[in-house]
Amino acid sequence: MKPAVLTGEHFITGDIACAEGALAAGCLFFAGYPITPATEIAEHMSSRLPDVGGTFIQMEDEIAAMAAVLGASCAGVKSMTATSGPGFSLMMENLGLGICTETPCVVVNVQRAGPSTGLPTLGAQGDMMQARWGSHGHYEIIALAPDSPQELFHQTITAFNLSEIYRVPVLVMTDEVTGHLSERVVIPEASKIPLRSRPRPTGRKDRYKPFQPGPDGVPPMAIAGEGYGIHVTGLTHDERGYPVMTAEAQADMLRRLTEKIRRNVRDIVLTESYRLEDADVAVVSYGVSARSSLAAVDEAREMGIRAGLLRLITVWPFPEEEIRALARKVRALVTVEINLGQVHLEVERCCGGRVPAFLVGNAGGTVIPPESILEVFKSI
Amino acid sequence: MGIASEALKNFKGFNLKNLPDVEPLSPGHRACQGCGEVLALRLAMKAIGTNVVVCSATGCMEIITTPFPQTAWRVPWIHVAFENAAAVVAGVESAYKVLNRKGIIKQPDTVFVAYGGDGATADIGIQALSGAMERGHNFLYMCFDNEAYMNTGIQRSSSTPYGAMTTTSPPGKMSIGQSTWKKDLPSIAVAHNIPYVATASPAYPVDLMNKAKKAVMVPGPAYLHIYSPCPTGWRCGIDESIEVAKLAVQSKVFPLYEVIDGVYYLSRKVAKPKAVADYFKPQRRFRHLTEADIKKIQERVDADYEALLKKCVEPEKKEKEIKGTEMSVRLDGA
Repeated sequence: MKPAVLTGEHFITGDIACAEGALAAGCLFFAGYPITPATEIAEHMSSRLPDVGGTFIQMEDEIAAMAAVLGASCAGVKSMTATSGPGFSLMMENLGLGICTETPCVVVNVQRAGPSTGLPTLGAQGDMMQARWGSHGHYEIIALAPDSPQELFHQTITAFNLSEIYRVPVLVMTDEVTGHLSERVVIPEASKIPLRSRPRPTGRKDRYKPFQPGPDGVPPMAIAGEGYGIHVTGLTHDERGYPVMTAEAQADMLRRLTEKIRRNVRDIVLTESYRLEDADVAVVSYGVSARSSLAAVDEAREMGIRAGLLRLITVWPFPEEEIRALARKVRALVTVEINLGQVHLEVERCCGGRVPAFLVGNAGGTVIPPESILEVFKSI
Repeated sequence: MGIASEALKNFKGFNLKNLPDVEPLSPGHRACQGCGEVLALRLAMKAIGTNVVVCSATGCMEIITTPFPQTAWRVPWIHVAFENAAAVVAGVESAYKVLNRKGIIKQPDTVFVAYGGDGATADIGIQALSGAMERGHNFLYMCFDNEAYMNTGIQRSSSTPYGAMTTTSPPGKMSIGQSTWKKDLPSIAVAHNIPYVATASPAYPVDLMNKAKKAVMVPGPAYLHIYSPCPTGWRCGIDESIEVAKLAVQSKVFPLYEVIDGVYYLSRKVAKPKAVADYFKPQRRFRHLTEADIKKIQERVDADYEALLKKCVEPEKKEKEIKGTEMSVRLDGA
């Protein structure tokens, strides 16, 4: 057996850092399917997981990959999959199943340009709204957007922790550029990596109700087969897990599924502020686009434009309060993302017409050049 | 006489003197050097002709034949998603039926072809393929089997042979490489009771073309499983594709046969079989295998071949059953 945590300094791609992050988080099951530009995560897991006593399975498609991840998690093992646009689309039904059955797991989407097969080898951030609303029905979900291989390592761990705490699938919404970018990644000692596990039942096994929430709104989760009565279904269910086909049961279930995330937004949301103290123009960006934005902010400052950056590490649930606070402080907000306006819609909503919100985006296939952000700064 | 035998009773077959001139798949594509798959695709399309609509799953053959301005297709061609070539072709075929029925077009002879690699066929697309075969659409499905996901960089599929190295079946202390035996796709197609199923190889080009032609001549679904050497993924020489393809047949690893109306016919009897080890030798994907591993594989290959022979009717009987059908065995020489 080799250690799960490869403490030390590495020069690796974002995809490999993501896989190492998962291993450091205690992931012992990966079900995947080859797809550019996420394949390297599966390949790395296929050689590393047997070393740490875990299991890698290549499935027959992404529908099966997502389903196997849910099955493994129900059986008590931290599980993940990684994919890109077309595979993410195929995973949507089972993602909804994971939300409805409150099954912790991590799904990594190394975004490429779409729709459909799109540009398989070139990056984009066009799946952000799919991450929010891609499966049918109303729900809340957690999605992170790391901006470097180092952060892919850390945020994959965070994703596992959040999925365990809140019993919800957590999405790591990275992109081809970050996934294929090689940079220094420092992996800390195992003892320095805080890990969380799903809440576990403690009472009498015959009294266990699999969807009876604890005080934080999250039900303790038994492992299938350890003696607790478990009934898991994608139908609308009550706290026993039994299907109840009424509007009231639907309202109760959905209230809890959404409230367990919404009530804890303060604990979930992570953002990073850069030169915002005295800014009068603020960029809102995430993932690889935040790197372009950072360069644009520095250049703008040299030109005497007081620009700053709010980097969204958590994109869903949306950091509404942070954006609202910003809209009260600055003259204008600029969203930078590799799509034609997705997170921008949320930024605009949170501005509430108080200040203008601009978009710097493109259709995908290339990163946003800092110059095009600067141009917008100058026009404001 | 079954519907396939009936449709094929006057089929004369191709030989080296009457090969069609048409090239529905033109030169100038972007395949890797030594690609055996695109060679097989070209031969099949030559036999099928130009009165065709082609649906392509995502994969090598889609990527290498299409980027503008080197687009290689001279017939109507549609790229679909990874998993749904057989479903899309079902829609195309049904629409032509409607248009012909309504008298909007008069093209009752147009044929419909879907193709995909082994991943698109054996894994992600098997549901669509099974559905289309079961519903009885009049189409040909060609699986170009290069035994792994080559387009994304050599990941294992359920059609990867036991023991082979891929990037997601890495051999090492914990693993032999691919740990499962190759999925028998032709048998799955046969189990759908479709009129025509065959295996083919670009090392036997006339046989391959005859089978492709027969497959589009029979009414209803037809399935062609085509061995497609991949020097890039198999780690063999770029000038060895055909050699490896021949060895696959001669070592009984990839037997050539037809299943017409449910009856098995061996296309090429292997009189003096070569050892599986000889077939493995030029391919670095098998290099890590021990003698014991290879012995185990040899035993399995022998057993599978024996089982196939038992299913096949004698050639004489075949001649009696489908009179007038030129036998690919004789046409092929070698």
